[in-house]
Amino acid sequence: MSSLLGLARTIDAITRFIGYHVRWLILAAVLVSATNAIIRKAFNSSSNAWLEAQWLLFGAVFMLAAAYVLQVNGHVRIDVISSRLKKRTRDWIDLLGHLLVLAPLSLIMIWMSGPFFMESWRNNEVSSSAGGLAVWPAKFFVLAGFALLFLQMISEVIKRIAVLRGVVTEVDQHDAHTEIPAGEEAKP
Amino acid sequence: MIELFAQNLAPIMFLSLIIFLLLGYPVAFSLAANGLLFFVIAVELSPYSNSIRLDWPLLQTLPGRILDVMRNDTLLAIPFFTFMGIILERSRMAEDLLETVGQLFGPVRGGIAYAVILVGALLAATTGVVAASVMAMGLISLPIMLRYGYDRSLATGVITASGTLAQIIPPSLVLIVLADQLGRSVGDMYAGALLPGLLLTGLYCLYVFAMTMIRPQMAPALPPEARTLGTGVGQLAIVLAFGAVIGFGIWKYLGTMLENGAGIWAAAAAIVLLYAVAVFDKSLNINLLKNLTRQVIIVLIPPLALIFLVLGTIFLGVATPTEGGAMGAAGALLLSFFKRRLDFKTLSSALDATTKLACFVMFILIGSRVFSLTFYGIEGHHWVENLFLNLPGGSVGFLIAVNILVFILGCFIDFFEIAFIVVPLLAPVAEKLGIDLVWFGIILGMNLQTSFLTPPFGFALFYMRSVAPVKSYLDKVTGKTVAGVPTTQIYKGAVNFIILQLIMIAVVVMFPQLSVPEKAAEVDLNTIQIELPPLGSDGSGGELVIPGAPDLSQPPEINPN
Repeated sequence: MSSLLGLARTIDAITRFIGYHVRWLILAAVLVSATNAIIRKAFNSSSNAWLEAQWLLFGAVFMLAAAYVLQVNGHVRIDVISSRLKKRTRDWIDLLGHLLVLAPLSLIMIWMSGPFFMESWRNNEVSSSAGGLAVWPAKFFVLAGFALLFLQMISEVIKRIAVLRGVVTEVDQHDAHTEIPAGEEAKP
Repeated sequence: MIELFAQNLAPIMFLSLIIFLLLGYPVAFSLAANGLLFFVIAVELSPYSNSIRLDWPLLQTLPGRILDVMRNDTLLAIPFFTFMGIILERSRMAEDLLETVGQLFGPVRGGIAYAVILVGALLAATTGVVAASVMAMGLISLPIMLRYGYDRSLATGVITASGTLAQIIPPSLVLIVLADQLGRSVGDMYAGALLPGLLLTGLYCLYVFAMTMIRPQMAPALPPEARTLGTGVGQLAIVLAFGAVIGFGIWKYLGTMLENGAGIWAAAAAIVLLYAVAVFDKSLNINLLKNLTRQVIIVLIPPLALIFLVLGTIFLGVATPTEGGAMGAAGALLLSFFKRRLDFKTLSSALDATTKLACFVMFILIGSRVFSLTFYGIEGHHWVENLFLNLPGGSVGFLIAVNILVFILGCFIDFFEIAFIVVPLLAPVAEKLGIDLVWFGIILGMNLQTSFLTPPFGFALFYMRSVAPVKSYLDKVTGKTVAGVPTTQIYKGAVNFIILQLIMIAVVVMFPQLSVPEKAAEVDLNTIQIELPPLGSDGSGGELVIPGAPDLSQPPEINPN
């Protein structure tokens, strides 16, 4: 079990590292988009490459940070019923959910987006708009996002089993949703 | 048996989605996995039903669908406006506004309540983040209201309700998401929501006024010793009138040169002028202006300038909502930098919060795209259509049913889930009934706003609870003990405001011209021209016609073939 928990910690560290760093791309997207707007207005010109850059940056953020957001329990749940269940029941729901919902989902998405990316990469596919960027990075983010989610799923499964077997005691993360955690302030 | 199952796959799929979601596993993944599960079932059962139009190769379109979500320019506005809101929150704009506007209205009966409503509307027009508004107002204004003996339910109710104005007054996230789901431009949604949002703000003020008339002890004026900024309301009025005259002059002057938007430019110029006067007066120690006047101008102008930068440029058609969001975010960064409230830690944590929100929202959308691939493939939309088209009362009956449905759902689930799961199912039905989708979106937006106030899962109530004192505490100013605020008082306070919002929904339903006025032709290439026929006697607006102007935005449903 302890080696498995070590694996979980490693995975957590990787996805957290990525999540921590991709957030800066949002700032980049803001600056790129604001500059695009000003240039479009002031000089009446626009560059497709820069216009594509703004959504590409954001795409990288939400695809690559998805695993990190899962780790910190940031994906919203409907907790009308589950908030009334025992912690142990919720742990079981999470464990089964990871195995029966997230695992097949991310595997299918990896399986589908693998060729999707590879083909684009091999053909050096470029966006259809004039002066546009290469398309493969966006497709890579889709693949990488689900690959990271799959990794995070493994870590979550290990942690859940450890909690259920009493190897690890943990703070009740789910209650956070009804109690308003610190991160909740971002919720509009 | 198996035929029966195959032919009723859509309702079965929907029911199983509900069960999936209620289990409490993250919505985004449940949606997508449910879609995939039923994709497999549907393909296996396709020999038994004509309405199943799915086959294995269709699965390969999934990554492309995700790429489409990524490419969506409209949704890019979500992280921008979120980031802008969080930065403004951290730069303590709400606090500055509340303190100053509170002083301004303090001497009036119910003054703090008016201040909360107005600041709520101002914050709504800049940030669009409910949590930030409710928490800031709860931390600053609630203690003052409790100190001077405001009725507790009125105090908490006015704060929670004013905080939710962020949902309906542009630039709100709900309107962006609804625009995307309804296939309308965000600019149209913003323009349509502005008047109803302002009317709702006015309705809140009217309610407070009525309460102070009926029971003056519910909302007393601030005692003289609490008016720290001194007097100067008269002078402020003169200065503002002066500004208005100048603005009017510029407007007249510009009106001859510009085709549209002269009013917005003139207002901006007058605002900048007043700000310059106040800053000069302060820094050069001229002291021509009284404390109150100067403080009000200095605190009020930056948010007004931001509102101009964001909403003004969007309404003028100068910027798209996404560009407006980026400009606003950049402006917020500058503002908080000059206020010396921007450091690395603030920036980093604001980005973290933005990332989390944007990520879960985008993943719900991805989940709903996977779900819809299967759901439309088994003609689930026809099932929903038949359900609603069979309702009595035509478009009015439909609107009433939808509003009740959304209101009830809103008590239990987040507006993002409603917008991504329920709205795309309803939009085609609404369109078939001849309901203008912008108007429909505004009605839904208003209704979703109410969901923040409805127990047991009203987020505004949660935010209020988190900042309102639970136990009694010693007030430092008066030295008296103030009792805590029990949760029941927070709930009770929300009820009257929920009723006010329901009235407003009814008003928007009855008077569609509030949100979709006749438009001039020159607005924007992206917008759709809407012509309103004279309103029918039933006031339903059921006969709205949309001439065949091209809708350039993405349609909400995608044909899987």
